[in-house]
Amino acid sequence: MLHLFNKTIASPLPSAGRAVIENVSRRSFLKGTTGFVVALQLVPFDTAKAFDSYPTNGLNMPHGVVNDPHIFVAIDPDGTVTIVAHRSEMGTGSRTSLPMIIADEMEADWDKVKIVQAPGDEPKYGNQDTDGSRSLRHHIQPAREIGAAVRRMLEQAAADQWGVTIDEVEANGHQVVHKTLGDRIGYGELAEAAMALPTPARDDLDFKDESEFRYIGKGKVQITDLHDITTGKAIYGADVKLPGMLYAVVARPPVVGGTVKSVDDSAALAVPGVQRVEMIPGTSLGAKFKPKGGVAVIADSTWAAINGRNALEIEWDDGPHGSFNTADYRKELSASANAPGKSVRSQGDTEDALKNAARVLSYEYYQPHLAHSPMEPPAAVANAADGKCEVWAPVQSPYGTRVDVADYLGMDEKNVTINVTLLGGGFGRKSKCDFAIETAFLSKQVGAPVKVQWTREDDIQHSFYHTSSVEKIDVGLDENDKVIAWRHRSAAPSFLSTFVPDEGFEHEIEVGMGLENLPYEIDNISADQCKAMAHTRVGWYRSVSNIPRAFAVQSATAEVAHELGRDQKEFLLEMIGSPRILDWEAAGLPQKFWNQYEPYEEFPFDTGRLSNVIELAAEKSGWGKSLPAGEGLGIAGHRSFVSYIAMAVHAKVDDDGTVHVPRVDVAIDCGFVANPERVRSQMQGACVFGMTAAMHSGVTFENGRVLESNFHDYEMVRADNFPEAVHTHIVPHPFSVHATGVGEPGVPPFLPALANAIFNATGKRIRDLPVGDQLRT
Amino acid sequence: MATIKVNGVDRQFDGDPDTPLLWFVRDQLDLTGTKYGCGTGLCGACTVHLDDVAVRGCLATVADADGKTVTTIEGLSETGDHPVQVAWRDQNVPQCGFCQAGQIMQAASLLSANPNPSEQEILDEMQGNICRCGCYQRIVTAVRQASTGA
Ligand code: FES
Ligand code: FES
Repeated sequence: MLHLFNKTIASPLPSAGRAVIENVSRRSFLKGTTGFVVALQLVPFDTAKAFDSYPTNGLNMPHGVVNDPHIFVAIDPDGTVTIVAHRSEMGTGSRTSLPMIIADEMEADWDKVKIVQAPGDEPKYGNQDTDGSRSLRHHIQPAREIGAAVRRMLEQAAADQWGVTIDEVEANGHQVVHKTLGDRIGYGELAEAAMALPTPARDDLDFKDESEFRYIGKGKVQITDLHDITTGKAIYGADVKLPGMLYAVVARPPVVGGTVKSVDDSAALAVPGVQRVEMIPGTSLGAKFKPKGGVAVIADSTWAAINGRNALEIEWDDGPHGSFNTADYRKELSASANAPGKSVRSQGDTEDALKNAARVLSYEYYQPHLAHSPMEPPAAVANAADGKCEVWAPVQSPYGTRVDVADYLGMDEKNVTINVTLLGGGFGRKSKCDFAIETAFLSKQVGAPVKVQWTREDDIQHSFYHTSSVEKIDVGLDENDKVIAWRHRSAAPSFLSTFVPDEGFEHEIEVGMGLENLPYEIDNISADQCKAMAHTRVGWYRSVSNIPRAFAVQSATAEVAHELGRDQKEFLLEMIGSPRILDWEAAGLPQKFWNQYEPYEEFPFDTGRLSNVIELAAEKSGWGKSLPAGEGLGIAGHRSFVSYIAMAVHAKVDDDGTVHVPRVDVAIDCGFVANPERVRSQMQGACVFGMTAAMHSGVTFENGRVLESNFHDYEMVRADNFPEAVHTHIVPHPFSVHATGVGEPGVPPFLPALANAIFNATGKRIRDLPVGDQLRT
Repeated sequence: MATIKVNGVDRQFDGDPDTPLLWFVRDQLDLTGTKYGCGTGLCGACTVHLDDVAVRGCLATVADADGKTVTTIEGLSETGDHPVQVAWRDQNVPQCGFCQAGQIMQAASLLSANPNPSEQEILDEMQGNICRCGCYQRIVTAVRQASTGA
């Protein structure tokens, strides 16, 4: 196990040496007595072993990681390098960043690189499930391996051609150069011979020194689709057109598990352009991503299909969830969270400590279900013919989609092709391929290519919703106001209910997102998950359970600080305590921290890194400065997707209760950063996404139906009031510090930082999300 | 039968005159740069120019456009180098990109009517265009660049 802490990295020094990061005192820091110590020392240069150890959970994902250059790279005789992007692009930039890493490591000229999108084929490309903020985390090193292998193949081909040894040549700027003679051959000329070579053994690969990177870490490469996006040529789900294609819009049961009692389609069929009406079989909770079912109107244009659907007269049987009401549900969650649940962490004796505490401060926080509402509502095109089915869809998990479509249609997987378009935002919604399955099914039914377009109303009312939760936190203080106990009880329906019969308890993934891993240095900590049955389709939404957990913990921390008259930032740092690696055993966990399934030794929870980003955000924000009345700074820090992010939010609340955010200072420690420009854009986006969730988002169920329907009542932050100046401060690291998540971890700290800022501006504490009209006067 | 000049070409449509321009350009003309985001005038993803002024393609109908000129993102500039498009690229505005055609058409319309908008005028004009990815900070910077060249 110790070798995991003893990785070699490319030396920042020009000499022939390498630096190692070494944990000089693993035992002691596990006991919590010292911090994580990083020591740089020179060891003998050993290229072949340079990247022996870069373990991530990527290897354990379904179909693992593929690093075969023949799968990912092709070179044309004219020198054009084609690189396969196998992850879905939904705005994070991974479709650019991973090929950029390959190109850099293979010494290709980015201007000569073309990117093609892989279809859903995990046996070939390895895992493609674009989710969990792991594209760079799992694939940065394999991308370097691919690039290094191609570079070596090109060098070998040149050496063969010149009749010299490979040591005498080196790749440089899209050509291979003879080191002493200065002869050069371009990549195009070498392509055929090079790509005919077998993949070099991994031990034969050598990697660039970080100082030699052309593109990695520079932030100068623009996203590959930038020109197409700005000229309207980029292709998203609904932009695919096939000859003879029909257009479908579906009326789905308003209540999950509902079925069609009766349908009168005569008016629909009378709408000009409407061709036919098809039934889609219904499903209930636990049907994974199978469509909800309903009635599809199929027409010769989208407009006709929409009008046709409006003309349908359907009587629904609502089924068992027809009495689901948000107002009652909230009470149910609250009752559950106010009693003991299933213990997920028990450190010390929290019950006893609370009983003997001088006083106990109690806070309850609530968040309703949320819809992801990507700008592009679900849409897909499919052509099922001759026992085969080809689909074009904006899906986060193209191979998962392939398996699900094949299963639904009763086809062999090899007869199903999933082409991945650009995703007009995903946020977890497009991990669920119900819309692609529907489309494939309808194409098969009508025997023609079909496009299914979801309307915005469909998107908001038939989502796989972000969990709703009540988080109850009780904090015990001794007579000296020292925090001696922290009890967190959470009642939130689990996304497990989407897959298996609901038992009312969460999956370890959800528990691992801020419930079991409170990083506070307090003697007695307990966490319970309290029973909560799902009554709608629950699915993950950008940042998942980290949102309500960070909101509750970081709000409660500021509340206690206020109660004690302490500075909120200082108190938060005091709660986190000494820099140490959290020890799951000492933390009273029955098993290891879930830790995003990453190997803990490689991705430990280092409280020093958390404190560091909190300090950094505070410092950059001018924490402690005096602000005019109605303005306040709030701070929060949270580790998720194995990244550490803190935000200092400056809020300004008008007399009428309107909340403005003139500035946010984001401090992010996400290990080595391959594309800082996209990290900054993700942080800006996370602040807007977080502000939407904090200020506006919530779907309301009444009799099982979602009341909200479009952007007038499911509001989004807009250009007239958004976090105006987001300053992102990136903690620099060498490549040896694992790249960690970026797409999601920016959202969780924003909500509590804003709530804390609002409190400091107004004295009003937000415990119920969204803020909505709570501050209106 | 309606006749509409779309991106410089006369187009005829004899279908339902209430068909929104959005679906006319997308489904009939295969101009898919114009996007559907809400269908109710609430998001701006469908923004096109009707006689040089930004309108919501999901609200304006074929009948409204009869005899008029429509410009979509594909026709904003032959080379794709309208100052707004250039600024959008210089500022690396897009994330997923889905809203951006609408944003660009809105910004181009603003600047053709008001070449030097104030900060507030930019925000007021752009507030009808939602970007779920949250590119607003760069959108505002890009509009300013397109306006002032800096
Ligand atoms: S689609 Fe027209 S404004 Fe949203
Ligand atoms: S870039 Fe994704 S919605 Fe604007």
